[in-house]
Amino acid sequence: MKNLIIKTLMIASTLGLIWYAHHNMDPYPLSILNNIGIFVILALSYNLINGVTGQFSLEPNGFVAIGAYMTAIFLIPTETKIDMYALVDPAPIILEMQANFLPALLAGGLASTFIAFMISVPVFRVRGDYLAIVTLGFGFIIKIFAMNTPAYTNGAMGLNDIPDYANFLWIGTIGLVTFVAMINIINSRFGRAMKAIRDDEDAATAMGVNTYWIKTLAFMTSAFFEGVGGGLLASFISTIAPDQFTFLLTFQLLIIIVLGGLGSMTGTLVATILVMGGMEWLRFLDSNMNIFGYDTGAHPGMRMVVFAMLLITMMLFARKGLFGDRELTDIIKSRFKRRKS
Amino acid sequence: MSSTSLAIKNITMQFGGIKAIDDLSFDVQDNQIYGLIGPNGAGKTTIFNIITGNYKPTSGDVEFQQETITETKPNLVVQKGIARTFQNIRLFKSMSVLDNILIGFHNHTSYSYLEAIFRFPRYFWQEKRIKDEAMMILDEFDLRKFADKKATDLSYGDQRKVEIARAIATKPSLLLLDEPAAGMNPSETEDLSNVIHKIKKDFDLTVLLIEHDMKFVNNMCDMVTVLDYGEKIFEGKPADAIVNEKVITAYLGDFTHA
Amino acid sequence: MDLSTFLQQLVNGISLGSMYALIAIGYTMVYGTLRLINFAHGDIMMVGAFLVYLAVAVGLPFPVAVLVAIAGSMAVGVMTDKIAYKPLRDAPKISLLITAIGISFFLENLFNVLFGGVPKAFPAPGYLTISFKLGDVILPLMVIVIPVITVLILGAVLWVLFKTKYGMAIRALAFDIPTVKLMGINADYIISIVFALGSALAAIGGIFYAISYPSIDPLMGVIVGLKAFAAAVLGGIGSVTGAVLGGFILGFTEIFVVALFPELGGYKDAFAFFFLILVLLFKPTGIMGKDLERGRF
Repeated sequence: MKNLIIKTLMIASTLGLIWYAHHNMDPYPLSILNNIGIFVILALSYNLINGVTGQFSLEPNGFVAIGAYMTAIFLIPTETKIDMYALVDPAPIILEMQANFLPALLAGGLASTFIAFMISVPVFRVRGDYLAIVTLGFGFIIKIFAMNTPAYTNGAMGLNDIPDYANFLWIGTIGLVTFVAMINIINSRFGRAMKAIRDDEDAATAMGVNTYWIKTLAFMTSAFFEGVGGGLLASFISTIAPDQFTFLLTFQLLIIIVLGGLGSMTGTLVATILVMGGMEWLRFLDSNMNIFGYDTGAHPGMRMVVFAMLLITMMLFARKGLFGDRELTDIIKSRFKRRKS
Repeated sequence: MSSTSLAIKNITMQFGGIKAIDDLSFDVQDNQIYGLIGPNGAGKTTIFNIITGNYKPTSGDVEFQQETITETKPNLVVQKGIARTFQNIRLFKSMSVLDNILIGFHNHTSYSYLEAIFRFPRYFWQEKRIKDEAMMILDEFDLRKFADKKATDLSYGDQRKVEIARAIATKPSLLLLDEPAAGMNPSETEDLSNVIHKIKKDFDLTVLLIEHDMKFVNNMCDMVTVLDYGEKIFEGKPADAIVNEKVITAYLGDFTHA
Repeated sequence: MDLSTFLQQLVNGISLGSMYALIAIGYTMVYGTLRLINFAHGDIMMVGAFLVYLAVAVGLPFPVAVLVAIAGSMAVGVMTDKIAYKPLRDAPKISLLITAIGISFFLENLFNVLFGGVPKAFPAPGYLTISFKLGDVILPLMVIVIPVITVLILGAVLWVLFKTKYGMAIRALAFDIPTVKLMGINADYIISIVFALGSALAAIGGIFYAISYPSIDPLMGVIVGLKAFAAAVLGGIGSVTGAVLGGFILGFTEIFVVALFPELGGYKDAFAFFFLILVLLFKPTGIMGKDLERGRF
């Protein structure tokens, strides 16, 4: 009971903070915060399949793309669409799709969930690194489809003028919902089964767990939130194109969940702030630098070199990331216990 | 009159050109402790993997409580009431002892995914119920004090017990133990046989165990089948097994090989 | 499709398939020994092409530049193993995979920083870009050279694998690294040989690719690398001849599907993955492969 009150208070105060930030922060820091918020949603859900369930997959860019396109198509007004689809006329169904923000986001999430369900059959026939390459291929195929179906996606030109409903109230709240949902999943019979699969899939089966179904469930859940996050992303930056949904996006999420600790949701939270903040802070690396009067010229990609090195270094020397597979609360608890004894 | 719990009927298992099991049949009666013994490589674990549905036999059938389960998937075999342990302990390493046990209750909780996410009352009721039950099982094994410890932090003997406790949590009527005494010192082995007898009584179990330690088998089992190179060379009381010539040859042969 | 178009596409298919095959051999050998999908392998191909570009730019004649590039790529390949993979031999496989992704990203972005993301014209010498005309069929020299060299290389690799003591050690590693170490074989040395060999082939594949599509960019290895991996899986990962077979099947499929159904041209890059998924659905061990991931009961 005491626990429940504490949790309710924490959720309420987080909502209060979101509300305060939305109304009182300057546009630039708020936009960084929005970016972090979206990546929190994406990284948390990615960690559910990769970290908690231990199914190392590389598809989030695909699911984010599906959610982003779906939401965008539902949000862009019909007249705007007629003008926007420049390569070929939009398919009739595209013109008919219209919805408010929340249903549009849910549609994005559900579309991703559905695709996840469809591909789970080939995906979970394989384990380990095969899974990684199949899911990587899937993320890649989604992008190819986005390029080649201009009647739906406007091809390489992408979609713009997406109404920007996504403010920090939406993003922050959905981020909080995602976090709570993840924690609730982990602390249920489903989460235990997911962790069991990560630790030893055969033993999990020997406990009567239908491992195929549990993996699919984690995959679909992950896809749902990645789709919703994609919808938020589309509305937040108000323009999307296939090139935004490359492996780079997945790579960023991978760094985040590895840094935070595979399986740790609070770790993911902290790591998202560090990585996204770091990306913003290291922006200078990509631009011209003047070192002792010598202009280095612009180096797009320098930040990614740094982050790739960070990932390698982490794997070599600090494989468990910040929190390992534990949550911040567990760490505080065990510290506290040690002090008492 | 006891009835048949498990019937192995003419099982043959071939891996490539090698016959791991050759036309093996035996019956395990309800509430028996049945031993499957034989030197290393005799095909004992293969039989377990066939019973649990991990392998499909080349020919023959497995019947459990008069129902054919040869083609049943491993997770469904568990739901029918057969639980197993592994030869090399396979606990869920990152999880606490309690959580390891709770996994066993996976199919004895019914709240749905959405009920878990939105924390419906059924989630709380069922979680409380299985936690209480898990604690009772831990008491049975005298493991309650380790409930919050990481499973892998326990001693070898205790890890064995956690693995058995975890299997008990699936509420089986037939328990398969794969070399439960392997790697244990005499006092741990002693403790283990007491535990097995106790849980057999308390949970109304039939036990099928694999061993190659004849002494342990002699103390534990009501009936044994001795395997050598996939073939049955003896079936009967353990006391008769240790004086049987074929059995002795099989074992001594094994020693000379080693 | 008339005969001359068919022949034209056939030689194109052989040429493309050869390039996939060259790169696929490296994937399959590393996977065979370490059970690692070396994500960075495709990027080694890019490194090879760029090193030629660089060597020619500093004034080396093209054939010398090619040798320098192959040697450089071998060094890069062996170094990635020594720096990034070797310390993780006993770590969970996932850690190794993540590191490989990190290396791949590192190489791509490093070359992006060094050379810029804009595609560069590849300095192929004139004598390599000539074409012959046989009736209606146009035969660029490379289309003949590439398959011939590929076959020679395949022969050489098979010879090394099955006729030399190094090959025996490599094949033994594929079964059980700890045991091989107990036999007194320096496993790390053998693994280095595998990486050197694979990287050399990838570099050769990359140079062929660069001559055939005369431009190079830092991301050129990504898609080709993934396709080559798909080819390796298709042929049966772990099997060198399988990798070559898979490479040719993929090359032919891409060329002929696009020739027969031009409207599918945009999906060309996705074929490899459809193949991959189909293979994994119906015959996870591939055409020539053995089951590497048996149950561990």
